[in-house]
Amino acid sequence: MFNLKYKIVKREKTPSVYFQILLPLISIFISLLISSIFLIIAKINPINAIIGIFIGALGSKFSFFETIVKAIPIILTGTAVAIAFNSRFFNIGAEGQMYAGALGATWCGLLNLSIPKPFYILFAIIIGFLLGGAWATLPAYLKIKFKVDDVVTTLLLNFIMIYIVSAIVYGPWRDPVSNWPQSPNLPENIIFPIIFPKSRVHIGIFISLFSVLFFYILTKKMKLGFELKAVGSSEKASNFLGLNVSKIIIISAMISGGIAGLAGVSEILGLHYHLVDNFSPGYGYTGIVVAMLGRLEPIGVLLSSFFFATIITGSQVMSRVSGVNVYISDVIQGITLLVMLSILLFTEFEIRRFK
Amino acid sequence: MTNIENNVLLKGIKKRFPGVNANDGIDFYAKKGEIVSLLGENGAGKTTLMKILYGLYTKDSGEIYIKGRKVEINSPKDAIDLGIGMVHQHFTLVNPFTVAENIILGLKSNKLIISIETVKEKIKNYMEKYQIYINPDVKIRELSVGEKQKVEILKILFRDIDILILDEPTAVLTPQEVNELFKTLKILKEEGKTIIFISHKLYEVLEISDRIVVLRNGKVSGERDPKRTNKKELATLMVGKEVFDVISLTSSKEKDTVIELKDINALSYRGHVALKNVSFNIKGGEIVGLAGVSGNGQKELEEIISGIKKPFKGKIYFKNIDITNKSPKERINFRIGRIPEDRMELGLILDLSVFENLIVECYDKNNFSNKVFLNYKYILNYSKNLIDEFDIKTPNLFVKTKTLSGGNLQKCILARILSMNPEFVLAAQPTRGLDVGATEFIHRKLLELRDKGRGVLLISEDLDEILNLSDRILVIYNGEIMGEAKRGELSKEQIGLMMTGSKKEELHV
Repeated sequence: MFNLKYKIVKREKTPSVYFQILLPLISIFISLLISSIFLIIAKINPINAIIGIFIGALGSKFSFFETIVKAIPIILTGTAVAIAFNSRFFNIGAEGQMYAGALGATWCGLLNLSIPKPFYILFAIIIGFLLGGAWATLPAYLKIKFKVDDVVTTLLLNFIMIYIVSAIVYGPWRDPVSNWPQSPNLPENIIFPIIFPKSRVHIGIFISLFSVLFFYILTKKMKLGFELKAVGSSEKASNFLGLNVSKIIIISAMISGGIAGLAGVSEILGLHYHLVDNFSPGYGYTGIVVAMLGRLEPIGVLLSSFFFATIITGSQVMSRVSGVNVYISDVIQGITLLVMLSILLFTEFEIRRFK
Repeated sequence: MTNIENNVLLKGIKKRFPGVNANDGIDFYAKKGEIVSLLGENGAGKTTLMKILYGLYTKDSGEIYIKGRKVEINSPKDAIDLGIGMVHQHFTLVNPFTVAENIILGLKSNKLIISIETVKEKIKNYMEKYQIYINPDVKIRELSVGEKQKVEILKILFRDIDILILDEPTAVLTPQEVNELFKTLKILKEEGKTIIFISHKLYEVLEISDRIVVLRNGKVSGERDPKRTNKKELATLMVGKEVFDVISLTSSKEKDTVIELKDINALSYRGHVALKNVSFNIKGGEIVGLAGVSGNGQKELEEIISGIKKPFKGKIYFKNIDITNKSPKERINFRIGRIPEDRMELGLILDLSVFENLIVECYDKNNFSNKVFLNYKYILNYSKNLIDEFDIKTPNLFVKTKTLSGGNLQKCILARILSMNPEFVLAAQPTRGLDVGATEFIHRKLLELRDKGRGVLLISEDLDEILNLSDRILVIYNGEIMGEAKRGELSKEQIGLMMTGSKKEELHV
């Protein structure tokens, strides 16, 4: 019936570790190739452009620090998405949860408490985490209770939260002094300290590294990590085998949303010092690409976060220098996700020759 | 062998699937007016060989001769054109259509409009001729499994075939239905048709065949005349070593009731009543077998005892504690062991590693974990011991469970359940699809449980399994318990009658 010489068949064995490490690298390479086509259409030499991106992001101490600043929220949203995806809670809503976290941190700052700085920061972190978590728990609850698709709800809740933040900064929290649509500057007492002088690298980097470490311990050592993995692999079997599936999905959503919320906390308290609408260039969505490229593994998430931070910083620098539009970084991100998703099929399937 | 009177002749058929030689140079023939049985364990290559003959698989090498002519069969259409028909294990009927509609579906016709009355007339002739009786106006979904099979057979006979392949046709039938089927097969044989009968049930093969061909590991391991062989010899040819049926003889002393069902009524997922006033109890030290044709409420009963379905009326008690509304976790904590029918979807999480599946019901207990962290050292050691004790064949503890074979998957479930020292075990279709070795292992473990004073509920479609193991037999039909019998109280035929809806009182014992 079929006279094809090659067929795509399901793999018998799981591919080797080397192959699994190679996959993201291959997909980066292919996506850069595909992006080159767009660059050529825009009449730009792709090799120069790509080299320009990397030099722009890593060429000097200043630019390297800038890349780290960009990596902070991406690591957090990437970790957030990876944790949720591990339990098959498809959290597309890291963007909205990040805004929720930012809202929480700003609220803490506007309280203008006179408590020691470390406690004030910790307080803001906790509130930001809880708000982000709560914003993710809502779709998780809808999924469990009414079987509402989590992809749709988490995605749509992004826009709701982004507009809530806009409404607040245009309304009640509008800065009375400048009358700009942004909150008043937050008190010095809650602002993240800078680590390296003359740079913008703030202590948010520790928060993000800590969350990757937590992710690592969660998956490798903790009971909860095992439960997330079990539920993520099969809800039906997990339920039969006595796991409390609803509770586990809710906890997964809370942790995921909470960590995404921390991205918002650290952007506001580490970088902007006041709440402003549209402060994120889509870090929540970048987190999805990062999590997929990082194969939902802690180390992978960390590495791919730095990769995308490099692309984003580099394309900004390059656009100033050579006039290439900044959107090239979005193009590369999008293409990488598509390529990675297609290439992931090769962990499940292989091409075999038939006689 | 290349005789012209051989309706079917297969020479040196080879077919390789990833990792296995399903058919490794098989020679096979079947004459006109002959019933040939293909006997072998699951995975011996019987179905593969027949799917090649029917055009569902393409052979890697070898030759096929039909009625003395060399042919290439590339699709079922080719096969049907050559006069070959096959009844599959899984039916290929359209549920909302009537019997008659299903029979003519896909039939070649020169006419644009088919008169259903003429068709029905023709179907009636076939029914008379082959003694297969079924109302042609009934919709398929209203038929029982055995009746559906009759439609399948009629459908194929309607295509004027000379060679009929039946793939494990008796697996879903009651003893009475098996007898009816055999009667039909004998008529077909008299008529000069060639019948190839695939089975792994020895006594059936001995009863119906003119010749028995045994396959093992993709090769022909022997050919026997049923008049000059016996079950033991055939079993040895099938497995490659001598095997013994595990039969429980000692009726052990009874203890207190472990599980009691009172007036259980439940709906199926489609919303009709699947269980009606089901009441029974199981004591420690006995195996109770639940016999019945599949789809008569066994699935719902299994789910209710497992804790993933709630009855709308009635109660379940475990040692006099009402567990009707207890979660699966609470039932596990009561040490109720559950071997689900659907071992791939429910019993195991196939994407997790082997050791994770071995602890998934007890990872939250002392030693395995504290409040937050798992104790991997203890867990790995524990899993290692289980793998040794239950002889689970796996390259290591960390491979994904889905890479294991069927028998080893079931051993994983068994190891996990038995290691928690269960008070009661629900075993639903525990040996379905397993080879003889794994089946024997599981039977022995169930008997060990009983001898240790634990209660076992064995739900099985395989009546022989039930008869061999059970101390007490319950028969379910259409969601109702038809009656209960002690070991040896009723004959196989009597139980068969109960499986098709006769109450025990109506049997005139």
